[in-house]
Amino acid sequence: MTMTTETAALQNMPPSKLEITELDVHYGATQALFGVDMRVAENSVSALIGPSGCGKSTFLRCLNRMNDIIEGCLVDGNVLLDGEDIYAGELDVVQLRARVGMVFQKPNPFPKSIYDNVAYGPRIHGLAESAGELDEIVESSLRRAGLFDEVSGRLKDSGTSLSGGQQQRLCIARAIAISPEVILMDEPCSALDPIATAKVEELIDELKEDFTIAIVTHNMQQAARVSQYTAFFHLGNLVEFGETEQIFTNPEEKRTQDYITGRFG
Amino acid sequence: MRVAGWQVSETSARRLKKRYRRERRLKAFGILAILIALGVLALLLGSVIERGHPAFVKTEIAFNLDISAELIKPDKLSKGKYGKVIRNALFNTFPKVKKRSERRELLALVSKGAHFQLRRMVRDDPRLIGTVQRVWLPASSDVDMLVKGSMPRDVPESERRLNDRQIAWLDALEKNGQLQTSFNSSFFTGSDSREPELAGIGGALAGSFWTLLITLILAFPLGVAAAIYLQEFAPKNRITDFIEVNINNLAAVPSIVFGLLGLVIFIQLFELPRSTAIVGGLTLMLMTLPTIIISTRAALSAVPPSIREAAYGVGASSVQVVSHHVLPLALPGIMTGTIIGMARALGETAPLLMIGMVAFIVDIPAAPFDSATALPVQIFLWADSPERGFVEKMSAAIIVLLAFLILMNALAVYLRRRFETRW
Repeated sequence: MTMTTETAALQNMPPSKLEITELDVHYGATQALFGVDMRVAENSVSALIGPSGCGKSTFLRCLNRMNDIIEGCLVDGNVLLDGEDIYAGELDVVQLRARVGMVFQKPNPFPKSIYDNVAYGPRIHGLAESAGELDEIVESSLRRAGLFDEVSGRLKDSGTSLSGGQQQRLCIARAIAISPEVILMDEPCSALDPIATAKVEELIDELKEDFTIAIVTHNMQQAARVSQYTAFFHLGNLVEFGETEQIFTNPEEKRTQDYITGRFG
Repeated sequence: MRVAGWQVSETSARRLKKRYRRERRLKAFGILAILIALGVLALLLGSVIERGHPAFVKTEIAFNLDISAELIKPDKLSKGKYGKVIRNALFNTFPKVKKRSERRELLALVSKGAHFQLRRMVRDDPRLIGTVQRVWLPASSDVDMLVKGSMPRDVPESERRLNDRQIAWLDALEKNGQLQTSFNSSFFTGSDSREPELAGIGGALAGSFWTLLITLILAFPLGVAAAIYLQEFAPKNRITDFIEVNINNLAAVPSIVFGLLGLVIFIQLFELPRSTAIVGGLTLMLMTLPTIIISTRAALSAVPPSIREAAYGVGASSVQVVSHHVLPLALPGIMTGTIIGMARALGETAPLLMIGMVAFIVDIPAAPFDSATALPVQIFLWADSPERGFVEKMSAAIIVLLAFLILMNALAVYLRRRFETRW
């Protein structure tokens, strides 16, 4: 049973990168997601909002099969990436994560040098033919993450020596270094101060030119600022999905309105 | 009512006082416990060092040895009468001593094993034959202890191991500059001996070295591999739960049981040679394995999940996640656990008794398949010997063993501090 409301405006939605149908997720005996249907549009930012425990992070982690590493997690349903089922047996999960990258809630750089943090992905996927090419990938990734000017002189320093905001941009650089098609962001700004948050938001806005982005956020203003599409989750259901402007100004569901106006959650 | 400048009610003031009293009492108990522990430790170290330190010094007596070709034939070095050379030198030094019983007392000043030293010298340099050499020979254990003050001089003759005549000879030797004490290097290079003055820990150290080498080579890779599989790859089900419970049980099994297991499996079933370092190493491997597995698993699980997620997130396979990220971060913890496990194995005695490493072995083992004993077993053997001279040897061996244990534990602490990663 789906309770999703798709608005008419979505008819003009650009081609979707990801198509999710009838997605159920169980953690052991508890069900976390109930028949979610959603589309993630290409080269745009889709925000996932909802109160804590509503399943939005679970949903995000289904999109690159990060739930596979959680014991007792069962995913049922279809997730199509460019029309290809990512839960099909023949798909290699390593290849999938090279196409669908992820940025986590808490900045989690490897306790290695800044350079190695960014170079790790290209190295294991064999993206660089030579050391020079690897240097180029690292530099361009750091540039696109808006971090290069701040760290260019100390690429050999540990990634953990950076400030929280810089660490998070380093994680974004690490994610884009393997040139994924989709970037999943799980509350990327929740551990950052307002200035660092503004920088990351700016970055997200730029990145959507080249990448498809899905972002989980608790911050309503952030969802309104950075996203073109917004999905509202509640108690494991996708309650409403539509263009961000419409969701924030004229939601069709009462629960959506109550949540974004701060009446619960 | 006012307590610490604050206005409070009567009941809460009483409660506060009671709380402070309880805190003070707890603190006092803690300090008392630490003081008792420190006191016992100081007592242990103090008594061991007090008894053991003379063993690092030995008494030697110099004689002019006439290494005549008559007694030692150059073509038959092994049949030479080395003891006679030494006896002659003694009698020549004290020509007035003629009586048979007195001559025996005179001979008792020099170690019964002194001729081994002479034989070694001649074998190393046969040109010494036919010459007269001034040689420092080891004194007997009684002389050694008397000179170093471990045995009192000023008691009635009947209560002494050396009589007045012997002491007079020693004084004469000392006056002539023929008596000295020097650093006892043979204590570290020598092997076990029936004569306390000649006994050393070299053989036991070599035995412990081979034993621990075998243990480390086998237990470290096996233990780490088992821990990585159980922690990172094994499915969580009844079978792995059962394995986990039993690894924890194994860590608590008394070590003598491992000795019996080693006896049955390695000696009776596989027919490996008894009393050898290879069997000792295998047995201690069984004992150390659970310790290494448990500490490795603890170190692996201490690596934060966010690092794993980050690595999975950029598309690393599970083997890459473990080998590139988790294992390097866990390595200090793994090494610490391994060193502590090895330190325990170094001090282990009971299982080695079961597999026959308790034998009296004079040769220094050169390979794991040679008969050997280990340091703690050597201490056990010496503690069992009736000769008084072994008391200081035993205490000195304990000092060496404790020094190694402290060194290993310090290394573990250093590694943990040095390579600990903060994130």
